[in-house]
Amino acid sequence: MSQSTEHPAYLQHHFSDAEQQRESVKLGMWIFLVTEILLFGGLFCAYSIYRAWNPDIFFNAHRFMNIELGTTNTCVLIISSLTIALAIRAIQLGKKNQTLVYLGSTFVLAGVFLVIKYFEYAHKFHEGMLPGKFYTFKGIAGTNPHVFFSMYFLMTGLHGIHVTVGMILIGWLMYRTKKGHFSSEYYTPVEMTGLYWHLVDIIWIFLFPLFYLVG
Amino acid sequence: MNSLPATSYLNTPRGIKSWLLTLDHKRIAILYLFSIMTMFLVGGIFAMLIRIELLSPHKVIMTAETYNKVFTLHGAIMIFMFIIPSIPAIMGNFVLPLMIGAKDVAFPRLNLASWYIYIIGTAIALYSIIHGAVDTGWTFYTPYSTTTSTAVIPMTFGVFVIGFSSIFTGLNFIVTIHKLRAPGMTWFKMPLMVWALYATAIIQVLATPVLGITLVLLIVERVAGIGIFDPAMGGDPVLYQHFFWFYSHPAVYIMILPGMGIISELVSVFSQKKIFGYRMIAYSSLGIAFLSFLVWGHHMFVSGQSQLSSMIFSFLTFFVGIPSGIKMFNWISTMYKGSISLKTPMLYTLSFLFLFAIGGFTGIFLGTLPVDVHLHDTYFVVAHFHYVMMGGTVMAFLGGLHYWWPKMWGRMYSEFWGRISAALIFIGFNITFFTQFILGSQGMPRRYYSYLPQYQPYHAFSSFGSWIIGLGFIIMAVYLIHAIFKGKPAGDNPWGALTFEWTLPSPPPTENFAEVPAVEHGPYDFDKIVPKRTFVES
Repeated sequence: MSQSTEHPAYLQHHFSDAEQQRESVKLGMWIFLVTEILLFGGLFCAYSIYRAWNPDIFFNAHRFMNIELGTTNTCVLIISSLTIALAIRAIQLGKKNQTLVYLGSTFVLAGVFLVIKYFEYAHKFHEGMLPGKFYTFKGIAGTNPHVFFSMYFLMTGLHGIHVTVGMILIGWLMYRTKKGHFSSEYYTPVEMTGLYWHLVDIIWIFLFPLFYLVG
Repeated sequence: MNSLPATSYLNTPRGIKSWLLTLDHKRIAILYLFSIMTMFLVGGIFAMLIRIELLSPHKVIMTAETYNKVFTLHGAIMIFMFIIPSIPAIMGNFVLPLMIGAKDVAFPRLNLASWYIYIIGTAIALYSIIHGAVDTGWTFYTPYSTTTSTAVIPMTFGVFVIGFSSIFTGLNFIVTIHKLRAPGMTWFKMPLMVWALYATAIIQVLATPVLGITLVLLIVERVAGIGIFDPAMGGDPVLYQHFFWFYSHPAVYIMILPGMGIISELVSVFSQKKIFGYRMIAYSSLGIAFLSFLVWGHHMFVSGQSQLSSMIFSFLTFFVGIPSGIKMFNWISTMYKGSISLKTPMLYTLSFLFLFAIGGFTGIFLGTLPVDVHLHDTYFVVAHFHYVMMGGTVMAFLGGLHYWWPKMWGRMYSEFWGRISAALIFIGFNITFFTQFILGSQGMPRRYYSYLPQYQPYHAFSSFGSWIIGLGFIIMAVYLIHAIFKGKPAGDNPWGALTFEWTLPSPPPTENFAEVPAVEHGPYDFDKIVPKRTFVES
């Protein structure tokens, strides 16, 4: 159908050149990130309303968050943002092995984040600090303390899903890097996954003070 | 005599697999065409059942419980599975790349994925029917939707999934319009259909994620009882309404804007006259997209929001009349001293202008606070949004369908039956829905199964109109499908239009343009060029 003989393999037939393809993909990715922000935006909006209505609950409940673990996780994610940025730099310079090392570190750091999150969740489950009708904990004064935990599990849960998706994407990038699909000429998927990963990081940077550092 | 091209996107390559795995925007448009029209048929059957039941205040064919489910299914199917995807996913997919001289949309695989997501979401939503359906109305208002025993979860989850299809289509269109225009196709040389699709895509991308998270919250509320919409647990049901309308009011403009784009094309081509006020029509699309995000509270005047917010929302609602009015006057000015030909697409254009004006004006009534308190949740509202949605969007959709049908299939439908069916639909529509304005102003509440005896003549008349609409659609289905197989070859440019898609053979080849097309004139330069029509009625 299309005469793609002189085209590089990564260039799709309906783009006239690699630059147009890269620019298109980049714009598409940014628009996608906007939709992600709006998706979380609904939850941030709900958070603001319920915190404004129940300031005491949010203050009393946040004491039961583990600030050490939260801080550790914040550092873990920030470092992972650095490593994925370094991975993009490495592939821009065509250094395949270095790229793999940085992508691998990002993957491991994302895993560490989820493991720490698992221990936090397990502790909350054990204590009965659960959302809505499952809430059984007795230690927090005030009416409807479950509101805090409903928001906590919704927002960190949705964020956790995004971290998991990010790990799948990074694993896929590692596979493709190993296969030699990327080069200093073509590394768009690495760059786009990097953008996504930074978004995941930024959302956590907002979640951390909203739940762990109230008051 | 015209003949069909030997190879076109329709026959190369052949085979069912080549269709189901196609990345060609034209084929994806055809996949959407058949799936969306199927949903239109299903939603239409539910509409007919509603009207039959309302012939009498007593039971005609169904119980009150069934009736609640039937009107919910009618609304949810028509809104989420027909009207929101209809024009962008069918016409937009087909003509957008052609109009800007591109070989495809920016992300063909994402485009195909959006169709599969639509199919999966629709299947999940319809799965709710075998689980007892849903009786909440298409708005899924809490607290009823969190307490009813019907199958709210599959329906809302299906709508959530369909939302991604809409987001992907919008994202694809924005990037395509920004990055894939042919050289020389500057922003102000783009056909107005492209402008309208662009404004629509912005709303799709910005509003749909909020609906997504709202439906997730609703599902989590039902499954886990998080209490976010439950006052007994410190939540607020009105928050649901805010979230819902923050999407669903902009969604109303997702429905109407692409229709306005079609009308801009048709009114110019069938008057053979340069569009009047090109820039103002383009800007007013963006203006409507912007205002759409600021007026959601006018759905909630009696929901307990503060009086101040109601006043602000009411005030802002009036502003929507300005860009809509700009468009109306520009279309009418385009026709002034034009050489108007009353072909089927133009009949739908005129229907649109007439019906959308009524729908728009009654929208202003309803946006007025004291009037709304009287008319809220009555048949007046039902009539208003059917004038906008069916009288507006569906008329534009049908106009576009008839306009591009010969381009899609290479063959022309019967003009005679086209006019008959357009007339039946227009007359039947007014009988059905104008009656409902009267019913509503007299106090008939919407969604009621039974009613006072004094309303019965109106209800009967309205139901009578629905049968005329139904007859019109049956005739249309017959002659359009007949045209696919037996219609006369239409030639490249049956209407004498100037946009890029009409420079290609009908149906177009798979790769669209062999050479990147050169922009030699504007899309509506009928003052400089007299295009030759390739199809003459014998």
